[in-house]
Amino acid sequence: MDIFLQQIVNGLVLGSIYALIALGYTMVYGILELINFAHGEVTMIGGMVCIAILQALLPAGSVPLLVALALGVGGAILVCMLLGLAIERVAYRPLRRAPRLTALITAIGVSIVLQNTAMLIWGKQYVSFPDVIEIKRYEFVGAHITNLQITIVLLALLLMLALLVLVYRTRLGRAMRATAQSPDLAALMGVNPNSVIAATFIIGAALAAVAGIMVSAYYGLAHYYMGFLLGLKAFSAAVLGGIGNVAGAMLGGILLGLVESLGAGYIGPLTGGFLGSNYQDVFAFFVLILVLVFRPSGLLGERVGERA
Amino acid sequence: MTPSWRRRWQHLKHDRRTVIATWLVMGIVLALLPFVTGDLLGRSWVRIIDFALLYIMLALGLNIVVGYAGLLDLGYIAFYAVGAYLYALLASPQFGMHWPVWAILPMGATVAAGFGVLLGAPTLKLRGDYLAIVTLGFGEIVRIFLTNLNTPINITNGPQGISLIDPVSIGGFSLGETQSFLGITLPSTYAYYYLFLALSLAIVFISIRLQDSRIGRAWVAIREDEVAAAAMGINTRNVKLLAFAMGASFAGVSGGLFAGFQGFISPESFTLFESVIVLCMIVLGGMGNIAGVVLGALLITIFPEALRYLGDLQQLSFGRVLVDPNDLRLLVFGLALVIVMLFRPAGLLPSVRRRREFSADESVLSQEQASLYDTRR
Amino acid sequence: MTHAAKLPTAHADAAGNSSAAAVLTVENVSKHFGGLAALDQVSLAVNAGEIFGLIGPNGAGKTTLFNVITALYVPDSGCVRLRAQMLTGCKPHDVVQHGLARTFQNIRLFANMTALENVMVGRHVRTKAGVLGAILRDHTTQAEEQAMTHRAQELLDYVGIGRHTHQLARNMAYGDQRRLEIARALATDPVVLALDEPAAGMNPSETESLMTLLTRLRSDGTTILLIEHDMRLVMGLCDRMAVLDYGKKIAQGTPAVVRRDARVIEAYLGGGFV
Repeated sequence: MDIFLQQIVNGLVLGSIYALIALGYTMVYGILELINFAHGEVTMIGGMVCIAILQALLPAGSVPLLVALALGVGGAILVCMLLGLAIERVAYRPLRRAPRLTALITAIGVSIVLQNTAMLIWGKQYVSFPDVIEIKRYEFVGAHITNLQITIVLLALLLMLALLVLVYRTRLGRAMRATAQSPDLAALMGVNPNSVIAATFIIGAALAAVAGIMVSAYYGLAHYYMGFLLGLKAFSAAVLGGIGNVAGAMLGGILLGLVESLGAGYIGPLTGGFLGSNYQDVFAFFVLILVLVFRPSGLLGERVGERA
Repeated sequence: MTPSWRRRWQHLKHDRRTVIATWLVMGIVLALLPFVTGDLLGRSWVRIIDFALLYIMLALGLNIVVGYAGLLDLGYIAFYAVGAYLYALLASPQFGMHWPVWAILPMGATVAAGFGVLLGAPTLKLRGDYLAIVTLGFGEIVRIFLTNLNTPINITNGPQGISLIDPVSIGGFSLGETQSFLGITLPSTYAYYYLFLALSLAIVFISIRLQDSRIGRAWVAIREDEVAAAAMGINTRNVKLLAFAMGASFAGVSGGLFAGFQGFISPESFTLFESVIVLCMIVLGGMGNIAGVVLGALLITIFPEALRYLGDLQQLSFGRVLVDPNDLRLLVFGLALVIVMLFRPAGLLPSVRRRREFSADESVLSQEQASLYDTRR
Repeated sequence: MTHAAKLPTAHADAAGNSSAAAVLTVENVSKHFGGLAALDQVSLAVNAGEIFGLIGPNGAGKTTLFNVITALYVPDSGCVRLRAQMLTGCKPHDVVQHGLARTFQNIRLFANMTALENVMVGRHVRTKAGVLGAILRDHTTQAEEQAMTHRAQELLDYVGIGRHTHQLARNMAYGDQRRLEIARALATDPVVLALDEPAAGMNPSETESLMTLLTRLRSDGTTILLIEHDMRLVMGLCDRMAVLDYGKKIAQGTPAVVRRDARVIEAYLGGGFV
């Protein structure tokens, strides 16, 4: 019981991060029916850029901490938004009429390019997050929670709420939902699909940037390869919640985080020591496969049939 | 109006004497290749050609899955891993077993095909991109298991991998040592070359036969319109499983050969990027076209070696290596993927069918089905 | 145009029900999509050797019924039988195996295959060469391939597009594409041929040719189930018909009976026109 609560806490933190990344996948898939493989790399770049800015500004000592953080976060978000926009414009837009296989392969290509560019820029070693955050520990019914964890969860919640407001209460959100349901009809109603798609990518990228910063701050380091696994897990979360469904991505993210955390905590005792917590990464994949095989529409998605 | 050179090419293709002459020349070139290469460029290049042949086998296997049946498998390397580890477990000090190659390879093919069926049975009904992700996950799961199955019982020896694997031995002659044959000295890499060449040719043969067959047509039909194919009586699930299993079996065989050839394997060799590289070979070379796939495999295997010269060039010009060419390798692949997909999606040597599919804009049907803003095809 | 002599149906009563062998029976089929009843307790029986029409306003559930019959959809209740064989619960390819083939409302040809190849795919279900046969190309396989090619060419000639053998399906004229789809369905050696709006988009002369083809099919023994909106074709060709409206069958019988049925007229034209 003692690790249960702890794993719940860890799971919520992890899940919040997954949720933020999953939102980008689900929104793009909802409109374009394309898995944006590059999304995980955008997350990684968000973290890397923030660290780079912090590393540039802080040692001088002249820039106050909060300003540096603001610049770091802001800068990372800006870079990622531009990146997301560029990717859509250069790699995906020309292929909107192409067979799906083509777009998918292109997405993989973009992902590889981003990953290796990051490797060339920042090297193959782990990059440490500057030691600027003062970690305060709290005790809560036997579990340890840090201020960082609380910040992450609260911030993620805030962003998710903001996104829900955007999607369901604003003109842009209405346009996005319309385009996701039927691009032709939306276009006939005066919605510019290109603008909507661009907006989708930008918003998704911004969220990913924040998630990337959270990850690097939480684990204290970033690495050019971290986007891959993160992206895959976040995508699993999006599928779990129902791909194309915004609330689903949030739910799926949190759930996956919890499953992974609890699984990692309990897998040892459960399998009699045969499998250890080093199998943690496998959980996401199993969840993905199980969902796709048994309930492809996910938890909150609608069942989609095929009309002849 | 077909250009005159193309008409002449078509004519030549069928002219009996030209065909026979071409086969003869190709035969001689292939037979003498290792010796010529070894003398001109050095023995290490023959080793590179051996790896290229292994990749050709892999690429042709994936070609059946992606090129013929249109199923995007991003975890293909897992079948290669299965074949390799099976060989390693049955012919190395790991378990102390030393089975002969002719027993292991068929087993490798069968076990890999079995894994293919296992993976495919629940997942082949999924749509293209979902299938891609699921297979990717499968590939990763296999790799993670291979890395971790060293406790509590040591099966795969974990991240260190298995070494001292028995080299392939045919008729008592071990290909791992230099042999003498009819007065000619045959270094190990040369001997492997002939073995790999023979198997590659066999796989090419099988691929060609499959293409123009009832099964081949069924694969194309499924790729074109799966609902219509099922409505015409094709058991789409089984036909897709067949493609999966066949592709997997080719990977299983080449995996076993890889283990015997290199003498050492570890989970490092079976990452997602290996899957992507094999995919690159097909995509760049020409999906569905055997010659294109072979070309793609050759280009992508030789390319990093060419890059190495770039490193030497930097050394000469700048006194030191600014950018390790090896790091550039994947970056260039990624760029190549994107550029090819944007400008020549059918590949360098596209198959006739695929070129049609990618230029569907003129077709009557697609014009009628295309919408203002076509995101689904 | 004079109608080709229709096959005599034994003991046809006023409602057009016949005790001749029913080759396809639909029994109390219902299908709901969410809250919408696309099909509501629909029953009908198609007799051997007849052309049976299925008409009704748009959205009445005709294509849905087709999809249930061909096992693309699973009905919520009821079943479909081909002679004694239960079709409900089968996979789509099994339905073809048992002897029922269909065409689609929106023409689903294999666009980048030639006409010949399209029809040869139709032969798939009646042939059996596998991987081994493909690789070895033994005598049996070669003979089978030849037979397939031969039969495919025969069928292309039969439907009238023999000269387009090697033309890509997507480059063919619309009317020819419709014929090709029929040829492909015929390649499966069906007992019942289910055609979904085969005359859609055709001009009057193309429709005439289609009627000739269908009549010929019937006299050669194929039973045809037909969804159509073209009333001239339906009234002129069908032996019997059923009318669907909002998922329910509202009338059935010979064309003469159905065209005078008040409910049918109301369904198409709205009330107040009788």
